Amino acid sequence: MNAFASFVRKECIHILRDPRTMLIVLLMPVVLMMLFGFSISTEIKNIDVAAVATRYTTDVRRDLTALEHNPYVTFKGIIREGEVDAALRCGRCSAVVLFGRDGKRHIVLDASNSSLSASAAIYLRSILTADAAASALPVTTFMRHNPQLKSAYNFVPGVMGLIFILICALMTCVSVVREKESGTMEVLLVSPVRPVYVVLAKMIPYLVLSLFNLATILLLSHYVLEMPVAGNLSVLLILCTLYIVLSLFLGLFVSTLAQSQMVALLICAMVMLVPMMMLSGMMFPVENLPPVLKQLTFIVPARWFNDAIRKVMVEGLGFVAIWKELSILFAMALALFVASIKKFKDRLE
Amino acid sequence: MKHTLPILIRKEVTQFRRNKVLPRIVVMMPLMLVLVLPLVTQMDVKNISIAFIDHDRSPLTLRMESHLAHSDYFRLCEPVGSFEEAEQMLDDGKVDLVVCIPEHFERDLTLGDPKPILLEANAVNATKGAQGMQYALQTIASAAMEKARERGAAIGTEQLLTVENRYNPTGNYRHFMLPALMIVLLILVCCFLPLLNIMTEKEHGTFEQINVTPVGRLEFILAKLIPYWLLAMVLLAVAMLLAWAVYGLLPAGAAALVFLAAFLFALCISGFAVTIANISDTMQQAIFVMFFFVMLFMLMSGLFTPIDSMPRWAQDITYAFPPRYVIDVFRSVYLKGTLFVELWFDFLMLTLLAVVFNLLATVTYKKQS
Repeated sequence: MNAFASFVRKECIHILRDPRTMLIVLLMPVVLMMLFGFSISTEIKNIDVAAVATRYTTDVRRDLTALEHNPYVTFKGIIREGEVDAALRCGRCSAVVLFGRDGKRHIVLDASNSSLSASAAIYLRSILTADAAASALPVTTFMRHNPQLKSAYNFVPGVMGLIFILICALMTCVSVVREKESGTMEVLLVSPVRPVYVVLAKMIPYLVLSLFNLATILLLSHYVLEMPVAGNLSVLLILCTLYIVLSLFLGLFVSTLAQSQMVALLICAMVMLVPMMMLSGMMFPVENLPPVLKQLTFIVPARWFNDAIRKVMVEGLGFVAIWKELSILFAMALALFVASIKKFKDRLE
Repeated sequence: MKHTLPILIRKEVTQFRRNKVLPRIVVMMPLMLVLVLPLVTQMDVKNISIAFIDHDRSPLTLRMESHLAHSDYFRLCEPVGSFEEAEQMLDDGKVDLVVCIPEHFERDLTLGDPKPILLEANAVNATKGAQGMQYALQTIASAAMEKARERGAAIGTEQLLTVENRYNPTGNYRHFMLPALMIVLLILVCCFLPLLNIMTEKEHGTFEQINVTPVGRLEFILAKLIPYWLLAMVLLAVAMLLAWAVYGLLPAGAAALVFLAAFLFALCISGFAVTIANISDTMQQAIFVMFFFVMLFMLMSGLFTPIDSMPRWAQDITYAFPPRYVIDVFRSVYLKGTLFVELWFDFLMLTLLAVVFNLLATVTYKKQS
């Protein structure tokens, strides 16, 4: 145990010797979280709309005023009929409303972004058929868990999951391979310390750093980004800590596999980034995916973390609701830990 | 001195080929980008499961139910008894939307004093919740409209409104995402690889060795970048061919514009990578800094979420991000066939940023450490 403590101290010295990297590691998540939390929204707003009008009847004038004052639409003014295609093509506007002579109206959408154009069609329809809407059915709508429809409720946990796993993996992924590169690996291997302790000792100082990151990120997302913490705080902390440990082991595993720091960093920073981002359910809901890809998301830890943290933070569900996600994350962490020790030992032969 | 550049380039190529993992990653990347990731990009909300509670059971509400059942967007779940039970299912994630029709709805509607229909959506994912709600409202309204029309009521203004989807009539979101995802390739090859390459030389001490030779710094850096620029263009071509073979997607405009933008972008980000390499002490540090910016590039350049939806200050920040322009060029040329003159702003900004980043790289480069 004494050997273990001195190993932890050795790793701590390594980290403290490079204060610049440490500072980056501590500041970067905060800046990313703030920027993304405030700026990114999946909601479609400010759709640029232009209009073509030949005769200004009362109807046309009323619709034009409605367009000018709608909060979702940025009215770009009247253009000539011949300019419609050019305006859409160079992106000056995403939709053009053509007011015909016979009272008919025609909407031309730039459907290259089919998601934006679908929303634009809905907005414009409701703006231009305001009369019909007035006589429509009586309905009351509720948005459960998120009455103000903040897309942050979905996005902030997603970004959190992404930042944790990648930063933690980036921290530990050089730790073993650096020993290989500098030739100290042989010394480690002939030392009487068991691989389990070497691997754990490499993880513990980073765990402390990451828990500090966790605290700042949770505080910021609650007090600055106004994310609710509807569920139990201790459940939330258990979930996040488990996820962080998993991410650190992921980095260690990559580190035992890689032959050079370069490859280890490349895998953690770039090769994992895009699939993680796209398969975690942060941007594209998992239930919409084709079956094969849905199964592929099963091995993405961020996906389980996202599911669980949304349940705890937004929906306010308890331990029972997320036991499945917790046990999957736990199994993954354990598997990565065992695999990295095994890989570490392999080098002895 | 004239012949040093080709020799240095040969050194880089040999080192690259000797690496066991890098060439594999470089081959895998376009395959993953074209074959797998576009399948994920499915923005339109489908398969929303609905609990439909009908306390009225009138012809009107039955028609609403059948409209919902036959819509592509919805999946009606097993009949539910009470609203409370449905809300529980909403919390458990078994249904996404609950529609509850009060008793005697149709009768009260004709009498002019109906109780409202209740709709409740799980809005943890705000976009999905809101879109599902919109579709449900439209579907219910269309059922009511149809009923009214049969009774000979006035025709709504709806019929006088037509919608045309230009450039992507089938509304395929993958065609929108695929060209933009190709920039991931460029970021990998022209940003991460040169950065890691330079940092490896720095950590191994071979950087200093080169510095004491008469090799000029411009030559040395150029020899590092030229192979990656070429590699990036080749990979881009491969990805474009794959996109054509698999999805039948070809640029509607001039493919040369795609390559021109890609090349300018490669210049920008490789200059950026050299700058970061110059100011970093260790490889890990350099990657952390680069990772920070790549996250910003990926999430704030309009790749996944529209720039127009961001607050003004954030939109202003994105003017400094080169991916913003290259994504716009790729998408416009691919889907809309936009002309060079119409994209002048994008090209101007890419050129400008290329100059700025490469100047920064030269200024921060020191031969002595």
